[in-house]
Formats: sequence, structure tokens, C-alpha cells
Amino acid sequence: MTTTPTLELRNLEVAYTVRGIDRQVLRGVSFSIAPGEAYGLVGESGCGKSTAAFAAMRYLPRNGKITKGSILFEGKDIVDINDDEVAKLRRSAISMVYQNPATALNPTIRVGKQIAEVFELNGVSSSDAMMMAEQALTKVQIADPARVLRRYAHQLSGGMAQRVVIAMALASNPRLLVMDEPTTGLDATVEAEVLDLVRELRRDTGTAVLFISHNLGVIRNMCDRVGVLYAGALVEQGATSELFSSPSHPYTVGLLRCIPRGGLHKSTDRLDTIPGTPPALGTNFDGCVFAARCSLADDKCRTALPEMVTIIGSHVARCFHSDKAGSMPRSIEQIEYAPQSTGHKAQVGDTLLNISHLSKVFNQDGSKVRVINDVSLTLGFGETLGLVGESGSGKTTIAKLVLGLTPPEEGGVVTLDGKGLAKTLSHRDVADVGAMQIVFQNPDQALNRRHSVTRIVSRAVERLRKFSLTAAIARAQELLSGMRVDASLHSVRPVQLSGGLKQRVAIARAFAGAPQIVVCDEPTSALDVSVQAAILNLLVDLQKKDQTSFIFISHDLGVVRYISDKIAVLYLGRVVEFGTSQRVFSGPFHPYTEALLSSVPNIDGSTRKRIPLTGVVPSPSNPPSGCVLNPRCPRKAGSGYETLCETEEPNLTEVEPGHFMRCHVPVAKLKQLQN
Amino acid sequence: MFSAIFGKLIARYDQDFMDYEYINSAPSAKYWFGTDSNGRDVYSRVIVGSRIIIVISFLATLLGAFLGASLGLAAGYLKGKFDMVLMRILEAISAIPVIIIALLAVAAIGRSSSIITILIIGFIFTPNVARTVRAAVLGESELEYVAAAKLRTEKTAHILFREVLPNVLPTLIVEFTVRLGYAIFAVATLSFLGAGLEAGSPDWGTQVADTWSLIFTNVWWPTLFPSLAIASVAVSINLISDALLEVFEL
Repeated sequence: MTTTPTLELRNLEVAYTVRGIDRQVLRGVSFSIAPGEAYGLVGESGCGKSTAAFAAMRYLPRNGKITKGSILFEGKDIVDINDDEVAKLRRSAISMVYQNPATALNPTIRVGKQIAEVFELNGVSSSDAMMMAEQALTKVQIADPARVLRRYAHQLSGGMAQRVVIAMALASNPRLLVMDEPTTGLDATVEAEVLDLVRELRRDTGTAVLFISHNLGVIRNMCDRVGVLYAGALVEQGATSELFSSPSHPYTVGLLRCIPRGGLHKSTDRLDTIPGTPPALGTNFDGCVFAARCSLADDKCRTALPEMVTIIGSHVARCFHSDKAGSMPRSIEQIEYAPQSTGHKAQVGDTLLNISHLSKVFNQDGSKVRVINDVSLTLGFGETLGLVGESGSGKTTIAKLVLGLTPPEEGGVVTLDGKGLAKTLSHRDVADVGAMQIVFQNPDQALNRRHSVTRIVSRAVERLRKFSLTAAIARAQELLSGMRVDASLHSVRPVQLSGGLKQRVAIARAFAGAPQIVVCDEPTSALDVSVQAAILNLLVDLQKKDQTSFIFISHDLGVVRYISDKIAVLYLGRVVEFGTSQRVFSGPFHPYTEALLSSVPNIDGSTRKRIPLTGVVPSPSNPPSGCVLNPRCPRKAGSGYETLCETEEPNLTEVEPGHFMRCHVPVAKLKQLQN
Repeated sequence: MFSAIFGKLIARYDQDFMDYEYINSAPSAKYWFGTDSNGRDVYSRVIVGSRIIIVISFLATLLGAFLGASLGLAAGYLKGKFDMVLMRILEAISAIPVIIIALLAVAAIGRSSSIITILIIGFIFTPNVARTVRAAVLGESELEYVAAAKLRTEKTAHILFREVLPNVLPTLIVEFTVRLGYAIFAVATLSFLGAGLEAGSPDWGTQVADTWSLIFTNVWWPTLFPSLAIASVAVSINLISDALLEVFEL
């Protein structure tokens, strides 16, 4: 190579001092990013992605230090430069975009002032700076930039705020842009727009990008080259398409196999997992860092550190068995369950839950906001109903209405197994309460941090099944062991457990009352993909064993598709499409579903035309007239139904057997448009 | 704390023993902190007085913390009108200066005693504790473990005291120590003003009140040493509360 790379890490080692002991977090990481190139770092949480990025910016936390190796920025070593030079570098050459735009912006300073400051730091006069701030916002495709300049961060939507952050990062014309999970907190449709923007800006400015994400699909779509980190070591690196099509390190292979994709479904496919857990921070290794979890590992792997082996061209992997990695045996955990009779003789698919005409109105600043509007759905025994939609579409509120945590408006009825349920929890009898339980998204908040694992589960058994305390504890331990929570962990508090284990405890609690329906509200979105796969397998096993039904809420369409039998697509508190999983995902699609599906970054690398949703989700306090989707609808223009769409709200009608849609455009016409 | 428990043992003389040969004598080898106008040993009285002030302050703070925590839990969890009305009442109470409430109470009851001091200070501290606890509970009750408890048919009292309370306990403990520091001052102030304990008791505030006019005749020791004791206890309690803050990372 003749050009000097923008950033080059050479054999970088970083350690964090924790309680006086140095713990190594990066182990000899080397990679380089050429000018204009996008380099992706992937790996599960705690493997050192962010540490690598912070080190590259010389922005390590106070207890972190570079113990070995060098960081070259445009050929100049920046490991030993002084604070002034670091400041100069960050001011004019390197910028960073953080994960959470809401905390990256100062809530007390107007957006315009914050962007202008970056220009002023680089010596622009304050009057010019404000003008340049406006231009910067235009560059990140913000409509009406003059108005946005005068706003505060909290007045912006997530996608808008992230655009502002990107505008700020680009204001100094950086030669390197570090993006740390820039779209992780955003909805799929917004994520797609932000990624499109980054792609365009990169083309226009030629900035080198270090892109960090746990989402392999995003990395695949955004980066020219990828590095895979595990336990602080770079285990594989190569051109994106080459690495994804022929992964050559067992860890990369495992990661790719964990992801529910390409139409996998629980009825036919079990997800692969990566056995074991990632090593604790600062573990020392004699051999390969991944040996303990690798199915190909032999004695050599455990005692000798493998070198990088060239696969093809620049594609390298740190493995003795890279030739066998692609065809390594699948790792599917098998769980033996004692068959248990639930007493139900119902057939899978017979109607268990019937929700009809559910609405919910919230009082917001004195005005009434209808967040759920006349939702009717059914769910059969042993089935999974997937609820999908952008944030604010009312997924979680529907779950709360069904569970009785909040009462529906007059006219809404929830029927369980033929029996009408009281509107609120306090009026339902114990059996009805136990019959419907929930697994929350965030186990840190859902498990009381002051109680032991056993107590969390046994208390639920005690209350819901009226067991004596000793019987409840015995049952709780049985449940926990069934969820593969080791007996040695039963007496600890949740804080001592990993994310996956916490979620297993939460699932054990949900199953304490022998439920008929378990609501799963984004149960895996806080987890790494390998853990997610194990949790999904567990849920499917439980469903098969007990004929439990699930209401599964997730923004990850791959996950929903894998686990659901029926799907309801929600928009602004309305069901816009409802049908079997297969029908909803194979089309013809409702225009909203179509846009949603097309915005998911595809991990298989096939290019798909993106159907953009223009504008932002309207406020439910002031929904558009006619069809609520019409101002954003990708299929309205040219459909010949424009006037109808704008004036009259369509009904949910059966367009095919078992497939319902809320759209004026006839399904045949949609089919034609979508092909 | 040490002197509060073993007061009588380390005191060199009985707190009421009067040595008429040594009235108003300056600090010496025999009387380390000197003697007061009745010939009583200031050192012994300071040591013995520590027990009175610490016990009274502790009990008063405990009362305030108990009432405040109960009200704060209920207000933060139940929200709505109950919360509104309760918090407005508590704010009104805390708007009146402490000393005025205390003096009014003593005047109304007509005499002063340690029980009354404890009650007065306890009630005065209730609004502050309630407000702190309520703020912590507001955040906690949004967390999903509370919804999970409702979903296993738990009663409100159980959710408040067994689920939420343990999680706001660190906040409460820190608030308790901060209040304890204030309580020391409050007890001493009330005694100094004669609205606290019975006159003549060896408590620090009373000692200062009984002797401060002598400062102008150069008899400074009976006033200085109890005052220093008040200050040092208040400072050390504040140091303890700072340490607790760090431990609980609040």
C-alpha cells in the first residue's frame, strides 16, 4: 500500500486497573483504516469494541492505559502526545458519534449553538458559525434547519437528534469518524435512514469511518472491511462480503449461525448457540482466547496462541483450524424436559385468548390521547402472536391492557378460554392472574435487586399457586433448574448474574403460576445474539412442552418471524395487518409492513430496494385524517385511491383467508405494485 | 459515641459534684477543662452530656425518619391526589422556622422535657425525610419489578414495605445521618434557649446557656468546651454521612 492509512493500530494492548490489578482488555489488536474506508468492528458486549475506539481517540477512562503497541494517526504515533495535542486532534481531525443522541447533546443549550461551537473552536467568527451550523444541518438532510437550530435536544426525535450529532461530528471536517453503535437505540425505519445518510456523507466527504456495532446486518451493509473481536483479541478480519460469505474463525461462524434469519421458523429449525460464556475481564490465556467455547478446540489450541492465517487476500483468521471452521459441527443445545400434563385437551390453534375492541385513552396535558384504537386480535393454544411496529405504536400498551395492569376503555373485552376477564388485576381472581404473565425487556428492572433469585420465583409460586413456603421454594428451585439456572446460583441476588441468566430467572418467575399465556416484551433485545438464541430456544421448548401461548413483542423482525405463528403489525395504536406469520412475511404486504421489512439491514447481503417511509410518526394526539398512514404511505401516490386515503379511515378487512389488512388499495393492486 | 456509652466511667468527677474551693477555676491538672460557677468539673459534664444529646438526637431523628419514610413511600407510590395534598401539607410545615415551632410547642405545653424535645424535632424532620423518600420511590415504582409484584396479586402494603422499601433504604440511611447532624444542633439550640431540657442538666446546650455570660469575665472554659463538643459531633456525623454517600454511590 502506498497511501498512509488514516488510522493504524499496531499490536495495541490496553489494560484497565480494577482494584489495583491491571486487567488486560485489548490483546495485540492491529488493524488499519485507509482514507475514505469504512471499517467495522463487531463482537459481543465486553469484547473490547468500545475500548478500541476510545483508545484510538486517546479517550480511555482514567483507569485505562495503553500498555503496549502504537496508534498511528496519519502515520504519526499518538500514544505519547500531550493533552494539548490530543485536544487539537479531537478538535480538528477525529470526531465521534455516540450511541445515545439524547445524552450526547447538552439539554440546556439550543442545538444551533452547540453546532456553532464546533465551528467557533476551529476559529470561525460567531456570526459565520451560526450560518455554517445551518448548512451543516442541511447536509444531514434535516428539513427546515433554521427552525431546528433554535430547538433544544429534548424537542427532537431520536433520529433527528442523531442527525444533529452527526452534523456536529462532521462540523470540524474530520478525517476520521468514530461511530459507536450509532443506530442501536433507533427504530428500524429511522435506523435505515440514518445509515443511508452516513453512506451518502461518506461518499461526499471521503471521511474514514470506524464503525462499531453488535449488529452484523448493519456492519455488513455499512463497511468495506470488518474485524471480529473476541475477548479483546482480533480473531478474524477481511473484506466484508468475503468474511460474511466464508467466515473462517469458529467464533464468527458461531455468531452468524446464532441469528434467526432467512425465514427460519421454530417449527422446523432450532437456533445454534455458542456454548459457555465469554471470559471475565482480564482473564489470562495460554492458548487461543476462544478455545474454551470452541467445538474444534484441541490440546494445541489450549496451549499455543494461534497466529493470523491468511485465508484469501486480506482475509485473515487467528485459528489453527480455519479450514474446518466453515463446516464445524452445529452447536444445538438439547434440553430434556420431563413431560408435564397441563390438563388441557385443547388442540394447538384452538382459540385461547380473544381481545375485542380494545382502546386506551391517556390524559396528556389536559387533552385526551387515544394511544390504542379499537384493537381486536385472537391467539390460539400453543401459538405465538408477534406484535411489531415502531416505538410508540402501542405494542407494550396492548400487553398491559391484556394483563390488566391498566384498564381498557368502555367496550373493550378480554376473553381467556371462553371466560371474560375483569378489567383490572385487582378484580381478577388468582387463577386468572396466574394464567397470564409477562417477561419484561430489562431484567435489571424487572427483578428486585434486593431479593434472592429463589425468593423472586418462590414468592410468585406462593402467591399464584397457594403453595406453602417450603413447597414454593422447592418448586422455585425446580423451575430454575428447568431454565438451566445452576443450583449454586439460586441464593444469589440478580446483580451477580449475567444478562442471559437474569432473563432465565424472569422466565422462571413468569412460569411460576403455570400460565396459559406469557407476554414476552422484547425479552432478548438487551442480550447478545448467542444468548438471544439460547433464550429463544428455551421459550420454544417451554411452548412445546406446556402448550403455552406467547404474545411476543419485538422490534427485531428476524426474531419475530422465527418465533411467531401469527403477526399483528401496529401503527399508531391500530392493527394495520394481521395474519399468519408466513402470509405477513411473504406478501402481498400492507404498505407499512413493506416499508418496515425493507428497512431491516440484510445480513445475507442480498440487495433489496428500500421502500422509504417519509416524515416522522405523527403524534397520536393529532392523528392524520383518513388512513393514519397516508402522509407517509409509500404506495398512496399513483395508486388511484389518494382522495379516499386522505378522507376515510379504511377498515381491517380479510384480503385472503386468514390475512387481514387495513388499506384502501385493493390487495391485487398492492401485489402488482410490490413485484 | 464512645463517651456517650461509657460516660460515667471516664468522667473524672460526678457531674453534679461541686468543689467550692475551685469555683470558676481555669483548666488545670486537676480539672482539665476547668470548673464552672458552681465548682462543677466541665470535663466531666461534657463527657456525661454527650449521652443526653446523642440519645435525644438519635431518637428524634429515628422518629422523623420513620414518619417521613412511611409518608414518603405512600405518597411516591400512590401518587395522584393523596400525594398532592400530603406534600402540600408537609411543605407548609417545613416553611415555618424550626425554632419558632419548638418555642410555640413548649409555650403551649407549658414545660420542657426530653420527650417533648424528641417529639418536636421528630415532627419537624418528617417533611424533609418524606420528600427525599418520595423522590426515590417515584423512580422505583416505575420499575418493572413493581408490575411483576402486582402480577402475583401482592397487596399494596407488601409492595411498599417488602419490595420498594429495601431499594430506597440506602437513600433513607444517608438522609438519616444527615438529619442526625442537624438534630444535634437542634437539641443544643433548644436547650440553649431554655426550651429543651430541664435547667441544670449537664446537657451541652444547657451548659452553654448557663455559662455564656461569664465569657465577659474571662471565664471562657465552661462555654468553650461544650460548644466544641457540639461542633465536633456535628462534624463527625457529617463525615459519616459523606462516607455513607460514597459507599452507596448516591
